[in-house]
Amino acid sequence: MKVVIKLEDDVSTDAIYPGRFMATVLPNETPQFAFADHSEFNSKLKRHEIPAGSFMIAGKNFGCGSSREQAASCLRGYELVVIAKSFGRIFMQNAINLGLRVIVCPTLEAAEGDELEIENEFVVNKTNHKYFPIEPLPKARQAIMDAGGLIPYTRKKLIEKHAARPH
Amino acid sequence: MGMTIVEKILARASDQPFVKAGDVVEAKVDLAMSHENAALVINQFHDVYKGTGIDANVWDPSKIAIILDHRVPAESAKTATNQKKVREFVAKQGIKKFHDIRGDEGGICHQILPENGYVRPGYLVVGTDSHTTTHGALGAFAFGIGATDMAAVWTLGSVLNVEVPATIKVIITGKFQPHVSPKDLILHIIGRISAEGANFKVIEFHGETIRHMNTSGRLVLCNMSVEAGATSGIVPADKETVRYLMGHAGVTDEIEIMQPDADAEYDQIVEVDITRLTPQIACPHTVDNVIPIYSTEGKKVHQIVVGSCTNGRIDDLEIAAKTLKGRRIAKDVRMLVFPASWRIYKEALKKGYISSLIDAGAVVMNPGCGCCLGVHEGALGDGEVALSTTNRNFKGRMGNPGAEVYLCSPAVAAASAITGFITDPRNGEIS
Repeated sequence: MKVVIKLEDDVSTDAIYPGRFMATVLPNETPQFAFADHSEFNSKLKRHEIPAGSFMIAGKNFGCGSSREQAASCLRGYELVVIAKSFGRIFMQNAINLGLRVIVCPTLEAAEGDELEIENEFVVNKTNHKYFPIEPLPKARQAIMDAGGLIPYTRKKLIEKHAARPH
Repeated sequence: MGMTIVEKILARASDQPFVKAGDVVEAKVDLAMSHENAALVINQFHDVYKGTGIDANVWDPSKIAIILDHRVPAESAKTATNQKKVREFVAKQGIKKFHDIRGDEGGICHQILPENGYVRPGYLVVGTDSHTTTHGALGAFAFGIGATDMAAVWTLGSVLNVEVPATIKVIITGKFQPHVSPKDLILHIIGRISAEGANFKVIEFHGETIRHMNTSGRLVLCNMSVEAGATSGIVPADKETVRYLMGHAGVTDEIEIMQPDADAEYDQIVEVDITRLTPQIACPHTVDNVIPIYSTEGKKVHQIVVGSCTNGRIDDLEIAAKTLKGRRIAKDVRMLVFPASWRIYKEALKKGYISSLIDAGAVVMNPGCGCCLGVHEGALGDGEVALSTTNRNFKGRMGNPGAEVYLCSPAVAAASAITGFITDPRNGEIS
């Protein structure tokens, strides 16, 4: 799949999902406001010109700032894959909880339009024919990913706890 | 090997004698805070229970706090409907630590929690707000989480799969020069270690400066620790913490003081001597773009903001009111003041600060977050510049991606309101 946008360092959740749309909370309603202040990209997303699985690449500290979960749910809605040199903690956690695919790749060299593939522990740039190693996500989050997100994971724990309670 | 304070808190919360950075634990929560985004938490919470046949009841209503503060009073029908949904949930679940849009008990969540004695040293506090780090000022481990994470907390009473963070020890020595404050110190630290310098780590504050700093100042340091990427900031509790909780927050029962071990292992140690620290400014559009004030003195500003969870406490309003008393703000400047809570607002009224501010030309708003994050009142025009005591200056933050936000202390904000330009409060004519 192609790199559809290349962003700088320190892209905040205010840029991903501007505060003035925060009264909209439901995951099926948030995608319309993804990168609302980046009108060209926002329009392409809304017109469904960007296929699911496309790559968004960024510098370090992507998703820094506010804990607003809308910043993860709006990108999840378009099934984008985010590759960054590093991520803000809460954004990364929200992404994993909601099933938005995030990849930490500090050395990636790629430009908009390049064709990328994920092969095991590497991002492969088919355009410049280079391999870039992926850093593992925090191990604490693996179980949540394996369960398909935090809601099914918590539901499973709830059922176990409920079954174990004294009658 | 000993434990840092956060390791001790997570060991206790996960019923283990010892944990170390990197361990993964499931930790019991002492306090779970949300604001308007409780509307999303409620949605996710009900989603967890869907199809289980189990009644959707929160694990412990006495440990949940909900404060309406982000868009108050509601700016739209949508927000009002979300707030209504939150009220109905609060009533149904029997949540008592609920602070509605009311003059007798309302305010910004990060002020309401401390001033009501909801946070104690050693507590594990989570909040669906990134500035939940603020509560580390009282010796708690407090950090921001997303709405779905909070739904899991409401269900199970614990935060799942927490990786014990490494800790950066910051030792601060020296005395502040006149007109230099904890806000300048934290901006300086963020500038020095960068916006991701403490990512996934905790900042533990130590040193003689901290021991002599009041709780109000400590709240500023911990509030903005997240702007260096930190999971949290924390000040180990001491006599000052007890003084604040018993004297100002109505706490009457015994307060446990938890300290890190002398042989705790730190990720790194940073020493800061503040003797020669000058007022600091964070320039657009990142909080770590920090420079000493002289490098940007004379920059024209259109809107001054004093207040928020960072700098809306009584000592902040005092600085602004005393600077502006008997003076007028510059003609082409708007000044907005947001006390952090209605309790602070009322105290400022009694002390005459509010009338000094209004007479100078400032507009005193109701306590709330709206202006800081650009969702409710105080938006900037195209090409305008704000100078603000709030905590973020990201592009678009104050409601307009075509405007700029500079961050500063209350002393700098007040001095600059008089001139209409970024002004050093140590300038003789102002002070």
